Amino acid sequence: MSFAFTPERKRLFKELVKRYPDKRSVTLPALHLAQEQEGYLGRETIEALARMLGSAPSTLMDTVSFYTMFTTRPRGKYLLQVCQTLACSLAGADQVVDHISKRHQIKVGETTPDGKFTLLKVECLGSCGTAPVVQINDDYYERLTLDKVDRILDKLA
Amino acid sequence: MNDFQPILTKHVGQPGSATLDYYLIHEGYQAARQAIHEMTSDAVIQVVKDSGLQGRGGAGFPTGVKWSFIPRNSRKPKYLINNADESEPGTFKDRLLINHNPHQVIEGMIIASKAIDCHLAFIYIRGEFVKEARLLETALEECRANHMLGKGIFGSNFDLDILVHRGAGAYICGEETGLIESLEGKRGWPRIKPPFPAIEGYLKSPTVVNNVETLANLPHIILNGADWFRAIGASHDSPGPKLYCLSGHVKKPGVYEAPSGIELTELIYELAGGIKDDRRLKAVIPGGSSSPVLTASEIDGLKMDYPSVKAAGSMLGSAGIMVLDETTDMVQVCYNLARFYAHESCGQCTPCREGTTWLTKILRRFTQGQGRREDLDLILEVTDNIGGLIDFSLGSYGKTICPFGEAVAWPVRAFVQKFRNEFMDYLVEDAVA
Ligand SMILES: Cc1cc2nc3c(=O)[nH]c(=O)nc-3n(C[C@H](O)[C@H](O)[C@H](O)COP(=O)(O)O)c2cc1C
Ligand code: SF4
Ligand code: FES
Repeated sequence: MSFAFTPERKRLFKELVKRYPDKRSVTLPALHLAQEQEGYLGRETIEALARMLGSAPSTLMDTVSFYTMFTTRPRGKYLLQVCQTLACSLAGADQVVDHISKRHQIKVGETTPDGKFTLLKVECLGSCGTAPVVQINDDYYERLTLDKVDRILDKLA
Repeated sequence: MNDFQPILTKHVGQPGSATLDYYLIHEGYQAARQAIHEMTSDAVIQVVKDSGLQGRGGAGFPTGVKWSFIPRNSRKPKYLINNADESEPGTFKDRLLINHNPHQVIEGMIIASKAIDCHLAFIYIRGEFVKEARLLETALEECRANHMLGKGIFGSNFDLDILVHRGAGAYICGEETGLIESLEGKRGWPRIKPPFPAIEGYLKSPTVVNNVETLANLPHIILNGADWFRAIGASHDSPGPKLYCLSGHVKKPGVYEAPSGIELTELIYELAGGIKDDRRLKAVIPGGSSSPVLTASEIDGLKMDYPSVKAAGSMLGSAGIMVLDETTDMVQVCYNLARFYAHESCGQCTPCREGTTWLTKILRRFTQGQGRREDLDLILEVTDNIGGLIDFSLGSYGKTICPFGEAVAWPVRAFVQKFRNEFMDYLVEDAVA
């Protein structure tokens, strides 16, 4: 499957190239645009982006692999990222992970067979005052209790 | 403290506080206008130097002094980068400033840009802050539409644009040279210094990296003057309003604005309502996870400014205060943080890469009740190997390229030295006996 930006994203990409003082600096914004569109960064996507950015696919891949938010494989429709760092851990993050894990029969790193949920443990989300925290796609859900987790996931299911 | 009125967070919670209209009717952009129209770059640098403002990103480096390192006669473009990576565990203040008052931060950036003669500035914001990035984009659009950004801002001949640049999940991109590499589209590997960013930063051009909170202070300094700022807080050498992030075992976790140098006990027991469930305090991590832990007895009378916390053997750092009550298992805490650092090490320096992995393995053994007596000395030896002298404000970082090495070595050492008993409880032979 070859990759191309939608017309709107293509316009955004061109706009970015104009605004930044050099092309390679557009790498992270371009990767975000592509991943938002495709859900992940597959080989064709990387190759096409490399051409657009004027760099080698291997160079671009080197950047992609460094960042935890970029993924080269498809993930579930809802990405459940539970913070496991200190403040969240003190507030019961482990129980949140276990709960989701049991509820959806998936281990950390796995996706439900229907492709709906992927469960990940992540590091401090910058929201320690409202621990424990889960990020689901673009949104933060804070001060979690197991009940609250159920209510949130019920809405998404 | 009693008569202190919030300055940076004055508008938090007010309806519409994130909009340009709201900001304009609350003195918004008057300082930027003044800096652009009535002040020279030197005058801006001087007032900020005189104010004694220290960078709020962690190192506490004097902001005006940092700006003065930018070569004035260089023909290269100069860049300002607003560090909104906010990735130090325990820290959540910049997010608050952005959410409730993005224009205050943008106005600060305009003033800093005037100071260093920058015409294209960036906000490097951690990738997870999607909502905050959008909010900033909206605020910037409002500015562009009102000739407060773009060509000839405020009707002057000063051009400035600001771009929001999203990170993608990597703690080390909060370190300024890792951030610059990341902005350039590479992996966020910190650079060997010198050259410092002021000489060779983004695209090999002179660059200043400043924290969100640092920048948010600037409009107030321009409007009210250096003496006003100097007079805020307990210490003339470390003045100003300061945001403190309280998390862990307190009744009311959150961000509290207080005069620099407020006592830590006042923050914990008065502002944050005391220890959860009225338990007793065991320890406090005072400045983000990279700052060495202090025991309950060590915080007595401790003033929360850069020099005072340093004198107490730790750091004010990002002012991410994590409060730990008497029930806290310090071995678990130490393991949790070591694991964080092992995950986030960028892997460039062998002592950091190998050392953090090793520490995590040894500490995991402890948490499983499999610690060995000799492991305690081994932990200290490994921390010695990773990091030597700590002083974030100095250029020399001992054995590793960036201060991340010390940021893990020092806290782990402090846990083992100050809570040795708790580690002893996890020894395998004691479990058998
Ligand atoms: C490992 C590491 C992580 C850091 N993370 C951040 C961060 O998330 N935000 C920040 O503003 N500064 C961070 N810093 C400090 C920056 O390198 C830099 O000193 C700071 O942004 C400068 O701004 P200031 O002068 O306004 O304090 C970090 C430093 C290190 C060593
Ligand atoms: S000290 Fe650690 S994080 Fe810093 S450059 Fe070296 S390996 Fe990377
Ligand atoms: S520790 Fe979970 S948000 Fe900071």
